[in-house]
Amino acid sequence: MATAEEVAKAAERRDVRDRWLLSAPALLVIFLAATGPLLIVLVYSFLTPGAYGDVKWQFSPEAWLSVFMERDIFDDTLSLAGAHVTIFWRSIKLAVVTTLATLALGFPTAYFMATRSEKTRDLWLFLITIPFWTNLLIRTFAVLQIIRNEGIINTILLKLGIVSAPVQILYTDTAILIGMAYVYLPLMVLPVYASMEKLDFRLVEAGYDLYATRFKVLRKIIFPLVKPGVIAGSILVFIPALGAYVTPSVLGGGKNMMLSNLIELQFGQGRNWPLGSALSITVMIIVMVALLAYVRNAGKSGVRHG
Amino acid sequence: MNWKTTTAAMGLALLATTSLARADGELNIYNWGNYTSPDVIKKFEAKYNVKVTITDYDSNDTALAKVRQGGTGFDIAVPSQTYVPIWIKEGLVQETDPGKMENFKNVAPEWANPDFDPGRKYSVPWALGTVGVVVNTDAYKGPADSWGIIFNTPDELKGKTNVVPEMNDVIFAAIKYVGGQQCTDDKTVLKKVRDTLVAAKPNWIAMEYNTIEKMGAGDFKATSDWNGSALRQRLANPAIHYFYPKEGYGLWSDNVVVLKEAKNVENAKLFQNFIMDPENAAGLSAFHRYANAITGSDKFMPADMKDAPEVVIPEAAKAQGEFQKMCAPEIQDIYTKIWTELQK
Amino acid sequence: MASNFSIKHQPGFTAIAATCFVVLYLPIIVLVAYAFNAANSTSEWGGFSLRWFQSAWQNTQVIDATLRSFQIGAIAAVLATIFATMAALATTRTAPYPGLTFKYAAINQPLMVPEIVTGVALLIFFSRIKIFTGYSGLGYLIAAHTAFCIPFAYLPIRGRLENMDLTLERAAADLYATPWKTFRRVTLPLLWPGILAGLMLAFVISLDDVVITEFVKSGGQDTLPTYMLGQIRRGITPEINAISTAFLLLSVAIVTLFFFVSRKRD
Repeated sequence: MATAEEVAKAAERRDVRDRWLLSAPALLVIFLAATGPLLIVLVYSFLTPGAYGDVKWQFSPEAWLSVFMERDIFDDTLSLAGAHVTIFWRSIKLAVVTTLATLALGFPTAYFMATRSEKTRDLWLFLITIPFWTNLLIRTFAVLQIIRNEGIINTILLKLGIVSAPVQILYTDTAILIGMAYVYLPLMVLPVYASMEKLDFRLVEAGYDLYATRFKVLRKIIFPLVKPGVIAGSILVFIPALGAYVTPSVLGGGKNMMLSNLIELQFGQGRNWPLGSALSITVMIIVMVALLAYVRNAGKSGVRHG
Repeated sequence: MNWKTTTAAMGLALLATTSLARADGELNIYNWGNYTSPDVIKKFEAKYNVKVTITDYDSNDTALAKVRQGGTGFDIAVPSQTYVPIWIKEGLVQETDPGKMENFKNVAPEWANPDFDPGRKYSVPWALGTVGVVVNTDAYKGPADSWGIIFNTPDELKGKTNVVPEMNDVIFAAIKYVGGQQCTDDKTVLKKVRDTLVAAKPNWIAMEYNTIEKMGAGDFKATSDWNGSALRQRLANPAIHYFYPKEGYGLWSDNVVVLKEAKNVENAKLFQNFIMDPENAAGLSAFHRYANAITGSDKFMPADMKDAPEVVIPEAAKAQGEFQKMCAPEIQDIYTKIWTELQK
Repeated sequence: MASNFSIKHQPGFTAIAATCFVVLYLPIIVLVAYAFNAANSTSEWGGFSLRWFQSAWQNTQVIDATLRSFQIGAIAAVLATIFATMAALATTRTAPYPGLTFKYAAINQPLMVPEIVTGVALLIFFSRIKIFTGYSGLGYLIAAHTAFCIPFAYLPIRGRLENMDLTLERAAADLYATPWKTFRRVTLPLLWPGILAGLMLAFVISLDDVVITEFVKSGGQDTLPTYMLGQIRRGITPEINAISTAFLLLSVAIVTLFFFVSRKRD
């Protein structure tokens, strides 16, 4: 006869098996149409660039070397790849600022939506997504119309006499930030809303009964409860923002490269596919490590209940 | 809204989007976006009872990468002359021998036997163009027939000048500006090119493609650009003029080739022949706003293009025009490094 | 709850939310307004006109591209959301088990590489399959879109599930409800806001994609973004505004209709 322990073990094994089955379709699709083909990229990063794009099947560590080091084209000295570092740093900065900006705007908005009556919540959810049913390019161009020198903002400022000449917003870092916050807002609002919608306000009430201030309630009760949503939102904004280039180049003028421009250059006019591959694997490793560390860390300090 | 209604809504949306009929004869064209005259296509469809499908690309490199991998289903593509030899060398195109086609007699003699496709064994000219400088003469009255507008921007245009971020075009121009030859491996010239570019960048407002709009609206007062784009800008604002830089400017042409993996080879050949007809060539030009290589097409050209200085290169500027070439991979590598340095 | 002290109130939140909605719709209003522009450009106003609607209506290429965008978006979003929901159920509310971290990393992987890289990798991989099977239909685009939409659907659903109460499900199980019934009647309704949010995100993300689509598409498979990408060099006309406006209005009409239908029934 099986002991209780054995039964429990078997149940656990069954549970793990079921969980694998349940996640199989997602894993399969991702493996076939995303991760698997990336193995090709991994292989490519160790090959020699073909003369006109693509690769020659000949081993070369050159691509990986040039991710981190650069050989001066004129005096042949090796040094740290300064240009790559500058570009990486620019993209990381932009992604961090964008995440913070969307959180500052998105958290209150999600809170507002989640505190509407149950019947109208879905309506608010649709209201917030409708602007995003037009694609990214169109939205970015629409933002451009607003901030350009002859745009709405400047026209109003001029009419009101607040400024005497149009303020140059377009092609500045401010323009990029406005555009990025606009474009990525739903990626923050929706996950935060999804975990806020089930917020148990009895807990909030209990907080007030204990004479907590509104800010304290927000910080000590509401925020920890919706933390999974905030984590999801931050990931969904940060990572795509790191790879963004349409919005920065349309609103920022395209004078400075973003990470994706650098990689795209290698697959396009630069015709150095191995370097492009090596650069993107570098990005992937950095992001993956950061993500796992972030989730693990955030998970630990998060409140568990239920 | 509950899950049932949402599912129903999605289903309905799906149903609404599945349609499209099919015709017997087909032709699949892979071309630059907004480059193919719908009227000429309609005429071709009617004449040969063929259903034409157009798919867009936005760069020679994307087109090359896709066609090289294969399985795309395209019959025809329109690469630039710098890329045509690669397409031929890599065996991506079929020898359709346009040189023997009925309408080939219309091709202007100087285009009948180009270096990139000797004897026109593969390709048919689609459009011809130049890369030069566009200036709004309301903002700047001085001489503008120089790359100095871009690389040594006059005070009036500082912070108002755009550069179209086409790496090979920009570096070609910069080499000409410092007095070198295209695809040079002379390090002193390339160093000068890099220094010139890096020093010029702070005077630029942007590096983007959207020049027709921005020149028209006044966001830019000068830009490097293609001639067809310059023509559209002048038609919108007569103060905008196109200049052929005296240091030398690039000439290019896009050419119709038939892919090796084409399924509709006969229709593709018909199309190659069809666009060498003067009236059809003029029809294409009227839409894409570039010149064509077909003699006799002038009389079908729209009035605003017939003597347009952007389309018809003035005698005085003809000598400085030079066909852009594909540089050797090592040189291209240096170009990329200079470009990264410029945009870092 | 005391009427003069709302426990739900947080100072400034409503103001920020209101600003947010205004800011979200402002560019859309501009977009719609320029669809009625008589001039040739999206930057100068040349009076009211319907000419761009007319020209968009006759431009089969742009209409096909827009329909195709919605078609791919709808299918990919639904598939991605279903798969993501299953995956989220499998990766939450459990003690760590072997492979959990792997699954988490694997599901989020499509987020982590710049689009161009996935695009090139898929180009190489799918081209082989296209040549081998001779099939070059929309399936490739749908597969690619589904894959990169999964993390976008997964994260909000997972966020919702993470600290969802297990008591109700246990109660249902105790009452001899089958697992499927428990899921349908208990888990799904509780999870629904997360699923809806995930679905919306996935749909939006699919509509936005340009780079991967550009590399994967075969002949005659332009979507609205890739069509626009091709146009950028030669200037975008208000035709794009017109077609976007038309589809925006259509979507809003459908959503409103279903919203009222579902309200009446509730």
